[in-house]
Formats: sequence, structure tokens, C-alpha cells
Amino acid sequence: MRHLLHRRWRLHEAFVKINGIKRGLWRAVDHIEHPVCLSLMGARLDVPVASREVTAPPRPSLMQIPSHKTDHCAFLRELYRRMKAIRVFEDTCVAAHKAGEMPGYIHSSAGQEAVPVGVCSALRTDDRITSTHRGHGHGLAKGSDLDGMMAELYGKEAGLCGGKGGSMHVADFSVGMLGANGIVAGGIPIACGAAQGLRLLGSDAIVACFFGDGAVNRGPFLEGMNWAAIYKLPVLFVCEDNTFSAFTHSSTTTAGPGPLARAESCGVSGERVDGNDVLAVHEAALRLSSEARAGGGPRFLWAKTYRFSGHVSVDPAAYRSQADLDAALAHDPLALARAKLAKAGLPEADIAALDSEVQADILRSQARARTLPYPHRAQAFMDVQDMGAPA
Amino acid sequence: MSSNTLTMGEVAARTLADEMRRDPTIWVLGEDVEMGGIFAQYKGLFQEFGAQRVVNTPISESTIMGAGLGAALVGTRPVIEMRIADFVLPAIDELVNQIAKVRYMFGGQARASLVARMPHGLMAGSAAQHSQIIESWFVNVPGLVVAAPSTALDLAGLLRTALRSDDPVVFFEPKALFKTSADMPDDWPAIPFGKAAHLSAGDDVTIVSWAQAMPVAKTAAAELADARVGVDLFDLRSLWPWDRDAIVASVARTRRLVVVQEGVGAAGFGAEVAATVGEAVSALKGIRRVASPRIPVPFAPTLEEACWIRPGMITKAVKEVLAL
Ligand SMILES: Cc1ncc(C[n+]2csc(CCOP(=O)(O)OP(=O)(O)O)c2C)c(N)n1
Ligand SMILES: [Mg+2]
Repeated sequence: MRHLLHRRWRLHEAFVKINGIKRGLWRAVDHIEHPVCLSLMGARLDVPVASREVTAPPRPSLMQIPSHKTDHCAFLRELYRRMKAIRVFEDTCVAAHKAGEMPGYIHSSAGQEAVPVGVCSALRTDDRITSTHRGHGHGLAKGSDLDGMMAELYGKEAGLCGGKGGSMHVADFSVGMLGANGIVAGGIPIACGAAQGLRLLGSDAIVACFFGDGAVNRGPFLEGMNWAAIYKLPVLFVCEDNTFSAFTHSSTTTAGPGPLARAESCGVSGERVDGNDVLAVHEAALRLSSEARAGGGPRFLWAKTYRFSGHVSVDPAAYRSQADLDAALAHDPLALARAKLAKAGLPEADIAALDSEVQADILRSQARARTLPYPHRAQAFMDVQDMGAPA
Repeated sequence: MSSNTLTMGEVAARTLADEMRRDPTIWVLGEDVEMGGIFAQYKGLFQEFGAQRVVNTPISESTIMGAGLGAALVGTRPVIEMRIADFVLPAIDELVNQIAKVRYMFGGQARASLVARMPHGLMAGSAAQHSQIIESWFVNVPGLVVAAPSTALDLAGLLRTALRSDDPVVFFEPKALFKTSADMPDDWPAIPFGKAAHLSAGDDVTIVSWAQAMPVAKTAAAELADARVGVDLFDLRSLWPWDRDAIVASVARTRRLVVVQEGVGAAGFGAEVAATVGEAVSALKGIRRVASPRIPVPFAPTLEEACWIRPGMITKAVKEVLAL
């Protein structure tokens, strides 16, 4: 196993009783969560009694979806299923937070599901994404484990980040999700560098960089557009324009003709799409990401959508008019996708069954997360740093 | 002059070139690195490694730092050049909010294995925005390693360790010393972080310094030695982790400590050394901190003098603690 030592890996640990003796079962996984080694530990828990290297295929990709061309109905069904999962996930978390059982802030992306799903369905598993404070949908759309995400939001040890990140810092490197981000526009420089690093390593993976309409007013936005353009980096910038920057209508804080024009001023070309139309987003993302992957340089997708909820779960969003909200609800991306799915031939009963299946899955995941343990206190002192680690 | 006499800038460039030959994932990004960096600390690297690994960047500090992180997250080891420490301030979000915390926030899924290099220290005529010492800010940030070598050999050794470690390292380099020459041995081995250099042994007083104040402390220590004062002299070399054990053990013997640093003393790293020793050594007789006053660095040479550490300030402080 010596050759494994230079690889970065982490250990998953579980305990099993065999013939009444408690034994540890260790699973080492590498940085993209491929299992690399299994060990069964002896009764003293520090001596392996059996070890085996495993070469498992990468985790199956949720990106592997039915082809748009050959099975349009199955393709639409998968897009709809993911959107529905995000909607139910967000609504469930907002309710749990309001009920006081989920800590932290919950920035719901309800109403915006077509953007992450449309974009991520155009990506490969080894493509990376960077996300924002409103990042649950990005992670789920990229294929993050639902239970890991739910447990993380509950602050539980089994969460994707061991309960140390929470909603605003949820990451899942096993599916190329390089992290939500508590800092507006924080993901933009990271996406540029990830693309640069991938190129240096000889990969043809690309990076999709999600950010909000508020982020275009921060300096790193300009820096990032210019940077990606001069190095012709394979980055798909996705401005998920939900109309608001926190509690403020973005039209009052953003000058000029908008995000795409700003990108174009740096030579980054792109498209504006109806961010509530998942097919339109998917097709645009596929076009733009293919161009970026082929060496055409960065591309920009301006997806216009609307945030159904307040900025955070406790925000009643009293600053917006009922008429605006009603208009947005009439253009609900989930309802639009559902209608498309029905039109493509999936019977209503099947769609309803799918809805219930998704609903049940998320409620099961929530029930599970509730019962899971919080991280042990010792975890607070782990993974800070190697040299000069907390005493 | 022996053939092994090299400037600190040359030593820095050769060490990095060495490491880049060893590890193909190491690359450099920063302003004007193509022409060798403003202190010649990257001289020749562009010619050897090309534009893919020596990336000349726009003046975009946030993105220099943030892109370094992104590149680390996909498995490369960037060397991030900040030009001078003052210019890390536009990149502070990327360094403090992102780099320092990704490993922790993401529950160990990722490492920010990178080196953020920033020449620091007083340099004559550089005034308030090109002369700051802000090392202690980063010691206060969990997740970061902070290096501050004062000699070419230490710079080489610590840079090697930084490039082989998985931690993000904030690497302060003594900018006014880059042009100074030193006689270099054949080998420049890696030096661990958290290990001070013990430069002279003595029983009367412990003097602790680092970075650009270190040569001044050495001059003062030599004067004191001539006056038959036994000085236990240390160069900390790294500020987090720092060699707490060596310093505490020394002061437990000498019972007197003088900490010498460039830059504002209030909440400077000298305060951490003094407080740690104060907590750990019960038979303590006296502590003095020699540091710059809490003023921006002024321009006029007559005013700038207020910020410089001079040997006389150190010998005076030593005499004060010896009288206690
Ligand atoms: C640098 C920074 N400034 C301010 C905030 C506080 N904040 C969090 S979200 C937000 C609004 C961001 O708007 P937008 O980018 O459009 O994203 P959205 O919330 O609409 O998804 C603000 C101001 C922050 N997190 N980071
Ligand atoms: Mg917004």
C-alpha cells in the first residue's frame, strides 16, 4: 500500500460487532472519494486484521442522464426530478429552520431551480462548479448526496463537511462541487484558478461558476472576467439573476445594461436566457460549455429568474410588491418543467408518482438527519492545519 | 569572494527552480514574475519553465490570491506572489476568508496547499503604503502558517518546507535584504517550521527577533557580548508555529527577555512572545519589547527614523532588564 501514501485520502470509520467483538471497519477514500482501501481492525481497533485495496469505478454520475435527442421524455423527467428535489429540499429546510430545529441561515433557491439543473445537466462529473451562499441547488444538481447535504445543514457529523461548514459552506469534492461561499463573488477567482490548475494538469474539464446578480458589483467580478479572458480559461460564468441583492432590488444598485454587457466588455461572450426555462438554460449551457471546453475561452450565461422566498428563511420580503411576486409565481420554473414533461407524454399519474417519490425521499432524509449524532467536540480542533495545529 | 556568494534573491530563485523541477504541479502566479519579480527572486524561472508555470498576471490581487486557491483545490501547488505585503490587503478576503478556512469548513475534503509570498519590512523612502509589517494579523488567523526568515539559507530551507507541506503558508520575505549577499554552503536543506535558530548562548538575557530586525539584534548582541553580557539569541524564523519551547526554556534560565521586531509593537507578534513567556516563566525578572511606534511609516528620512530599529534601542532595553 506504500504507493497510496503519497495520495491524499481520508478515512471513514464504522464499528461492527462480529461474534460479540467490536471491530472497526475503516474505509480510506481518495480526494474524489474513490475507495482506495478497506481495513477490518482487530478488537484493539488499532491493528488491521484484514486490508484490501479496492479499485472501484468513480461514483456513478448523476450527470449521466438520458439523452436529450434519443429519449426526450426521459431526459425531461430527469431534469424535472432534480428541480422538484431542490424545491422540496429548500421548502423542507426553510420550515425546519423556522421551527428552530435547523441551525444557521437558510438561503432558499426556490424559484431558481432551472438554473442549476439546466447548467449542471450540461456538465460532466469531472467538471467543477463554484457556488454561493444560496448553494444547495447547485450541489444537488451537480450530484451531491442528498443525505450528506441534509445532515450537513443539520450540523451533523455525517454531513458532507462533518457538520463544520453548514449551509453556507457546503462542499462535495466527490462530484466536483468546490464549495458554497459565504462571501458574495468569492467563487469567481476560485473558478478561474481551478480552470487554470486543470489546464496545467492536462485535463479538459471545465469550471462552471455560479454567482448572483449582486456579485457583479464586486471587484472580483471584473478581475475574474478579465483574467479568464486573457488566459482563455474554460470557465462558464453563470449569473443567476434572481432580481434581488439581499433586501434590495438589484435595478437600484446596478448601472448600465447588465451583467452580460460587463462580461462582453472584457471579451467574454455569452447569452441571456430565460432562467425559468430549464431546457433553454440546458441548451445554452451546453453550447457555451462546449465552446469553452474546445478552447474558445470563457463564456457567460445570464439567466434571468426570480427568488420566491425572502433573502433568508426569516425574511418576509416585505420590500417587494405582491404583483411582482404573483407575476413570478405565474412563471414558476417547476410548473413550466412539469407542463413540458406532460406535453412530452409522461402521464399525469406518473408525474404525481414521481412527485411523491421525491417528497418521500427528502422527508426520509430529514428524519434520518434528525436522529444522527452531532460531531464530537474534539472535531472542533481537527482539520485546522498540520503545522501549528491547535494543542 | 567565493564562487558560492549569492544574493538572497538568487538563493530564492534557485530554491524555487529546484522545487519546480522536483514537482511539476508547482507553478507561480503574480505581477511581473515573467521578468523575474521586482526583487529578482524569480529570475530565470520564466525562461526555464515557460508561461504555463510562471504566469505573469494582471494587477488583480484578489484574483491572484483566489485563483491560487482554485488551482490548489484541483490539485496543483501554486506559489502566489504578492509583490509586497502591503498589496495583500486587496486579497485579504481570499486569504483569510477562503484559503485559511477551506480545509476546516469543508470538513477535511480539501487542502489549500499553497505558498503566498510577500516581501515585507521597512525599506528606506517607501512610506506608509510600501513599508508595512503586518505579520501578526496572519498569526491571528487559524489555518495559516506564517514564516518570516531573515537569512538566505533560512529562506531557502523554509521555502522548501512550505512547498512540500499541505498547509497554506504566508511567507514573509525581508525585502530590504534581497540584495544582500551571503556565502552559501553546497546544501540548502529544508528547515522545519516552528524551530528557532539559536544564534548565541548566554545566561544573562534572552533576545528574540526575526525578519528584518534580526540583523539589528545580531549587531546589538555582538556589542553586548563585547561588554561581557551573556546573550541567548534566537531567530524565530517562523511565527506560526513558533518555537515556544526553546524561548520559554531559555527565559526560564536567563529570567530576562527582550523581544525585537520591526513594525508596530501594539498587538505585534512580540506581544504574543512576551505574554507567552510571562505566563510560562514564574521566576521572571523583566521583559522589554523593542518595536516601532504606532504610527504610519512616514516618508521624510528624519521622520522615518522613528520606525527603524537601531542597535542602541536593543542594548538600552537589555540594560534595563539587567538592572531589574
Ligand atoms: C462580500 C459580501 N458582502 C455582503 C455580504 C452579505 N450578503 C449575503 S448575500 C447578499 C446578497 C447577494 O446578492 P446576489 O449576489 O444577487 O445573490 P442572491 O442572494 O440573490 O442569491 C449579501 C449582500 C456577503 N455575504 N459578502
Ligand atoms: Mg440576487
